Amino acid sequence: MARTVPTSTRIGFTALAWIIALILFSPILWVLLTAFKTEAEAIANTPTFFPQNFTLENFGAVQARSDYIKHATNSIIVSVGSTLIGLIIGIPAAWAMAFAPTKRTKDVLMWMLSTKMMPAVGVLIPIYLIFRDLRLLDTVHGLTIIMTLINLPIIIWMLYTYFKEIPVDILEASRMDGAELWNEIVHVLVPMAVPGIASTLLLNVILAWNEAFWTITLTSGRAGTLTAFISSFSSPQGLFLAKLSAASLLAIAPILLMGWFSQKQLVRGLTFGAVK
Amino acid sequence: MGSISLQNVKKSFGEVEIIPDITLDIKEGEFVVFVGPSGCGKSTLLRLIAGLEDTTSGTILLDGQDMTKAPPARRGLAMVFQSYALYPHMTVRDNIAFPLKMAKASKEEIDRKVEYAARTLNLSSYLDRRPRALSGGQRQRVAIGRAIVREPKAFLFDEPLSNLDAALRVNMRLEITELHQQLKTTMIYVTHDQVEAMTMADRIVVLNAGNVEQFGSPLDLYKKPANRFVAGFIGSPRMNFIDGPEAARYNAHSIGVRPEHFTIATTPGSGTWKGKVGVAEQLGSDTFLHVHVDGLTLMTIRTDGEQTFNHGDDVYLTPDPTRIYRFDAAGKAI
Ligand SMILES: Nc1ncnc2c1ncn2[C@@H]1O[C@H](COP(=O)(O)OP(=O)(O)OP(=O)(O)O)[C@@H](O)[C@H]1O
Ligand SMILES: [Mg+2]
Repeated sequence: MARTVPTSTRIGFTALAWIIALILFSPILWVLLTAFKTEAEAIANTPTFFPQNFTLENFGAVQARSDYIKHATNSIIVSVGSTLIGLIIGIPAAWAMAFAPTKRTKDVLMWMLSTKMMPAVGVLIPIYLIFRDLRLLDTVHGLTIIMTLINLPIIIWMLYTYFKEIPVDILEASRMDGAELWNEIVHVLVPMAVPGIASTLLLNVILAWNEAFWTITLTSGRAGTLTAFISSFSSPQGLFLAKLSAASLLAIAPILLMGWFSQKQLVRGLTFGAVK
Repeated sequence: MGSISLQNVKKSFGEVEIIPDITLDIKEGEFVVFVGPSGCGKSTLLRLIAGLEDTTSGTILLDGQDMTKAPPARRGLAMVFQSYALYPHMTVRDNIAFPLKMAKASKEEIDRKVEYAARTLNLSSYLDRRPRALSGGQRQRVAIGRAIVREPKAFLFDEPLSNLDAALRVNMRLEITELHQQLKTTMIYVTHDQVEAMTMADRIVVLNAGNVEQFGSPLDLYKKPANRFVAGFIGSPRMNFIDGPEAARYNAHSIGVRPEHFTIATTPGSGTWKGKVGVAEQLGSDTFLHVHVDGLTLMTIRTDGEQTFNHGDDVYLTPDPTRIYRFDAAGKAI
């Protein structure tokens, strides 16, 4: 029997959830509204809520000053590329840790996670120098490499937790059925782990898309991604709130749409195992 | 095709020695059952043969060929798991076809063999379902189908029936025995159910703490158990054991009498041992009496279902003198 919750409690919790959601959403809403205002209205002393003079001029100005399409293309290449490479490395790695662990496997996992606890700026100088010497500065492939490395621990961790849920019997059965390692991974493990792999993919595309520190420090003109694109609008030439908002909106819109359409998949993947 | 030979096979997990030293020869076409109490190493031994575990030392020969280091995929054996281990993302058809696909069989061959296996196992109408839409018995049949299509050198079964209910278990037991008679392929079958062991096996391996206690035909084990462990393990209900002075009268450290080897009487003074009936379990065809024997232990006696006994009845028991098993201090049969 379902537990009965008093109606008042239910209303209370629903209201609270809405309030929190609105607070979290308010900056995005603000950006959304400001992007369609004129520059003067955006910085007016008595702020308006809805744009009084609805305009698209900010978008035109943004594209004219800084090539949106180029930055967006770079973002797509870097985020999707680094995630795919990460999966190609991460799936076999997570397979090994989940199904053929050694005494040290837990330590390796902890060590990988610990690299995420270090502030990125701590390795800025060495990475920068390596990139300079290898001529990777301001290149899309260089950025893809660094993004792969940054997100690999998360990819492996996520895959590892999903793989742990798969009964090893089934993989052993495939071995008995004559499947060599490659076939075991491609025909049995991966199809069974599709929800987990899909949410790993989605999450890492989002993380790589939003990554700003390395994309801004390691690029200048050519390989800049959308985070670099936004930051170029919060520049010393003065405050252009409306243009900044338009740029931000353009930068987050694709990933927001992707997140929206894949939210079911994301939630399913992130709670995988919890509701078995 | 299908002889399996283990030579001085040892297996430890880290520091823990699970299989101290096993040498075993399984003949081509034989149905061999590994039986023993829980945790004695039956599954481990089977997995060593399968190649799913590495031996610590020793040699495994399949058809005379050294396969000790070969990966499972190369050994040409098929296994049926306790959990069925079907591929949940594939239909029944694809599950059964999987080993053939791995062997790069042609499309026509795959279709033909899958249809044939499905017909043999009564699965034809389920071929397009996913495993989760099948009952336990049907899943087990799919697992068997997946094993037979590739015509392995030998089948390995690890307690395949233990997740089924009693009636289905009896059915599947017969089906597997039938299958063995049809295919005449070597089968190794792990169970801790001694009824399965007795009814299915050509020969039984009784395992205890990783050691082979005895390897012989079911009736050999029943009639001539090598030691007290086998005597106690094979036969249902269990053999009655008597230690101490009463055993010494038979020149043994302990003696054993099976429940079915007694004559029972109710007239005073007409038996070797006197006792009081505790519980009488009436099965209809048989009755199992649990008798508190004066000066000795609680004994189980099997009688036909015709006579009725009540709690507290005095009974007089006479063991069949030709069927008293004698054991020395180490438990060996004498
Ligand atoms: N991977 C492993 N690591 C460490 N110990 C193990 C491992 N696998 C099995 N063991 C140990 O080996 C012993 C034998 O296990 P095994 O599974 O072979 O027993 P079994 O005879 O099949 O028992 P059951 O009838 O309960 O299935 C057990 O004590 C078990 O704890
Ligand atoms: Mg077992």
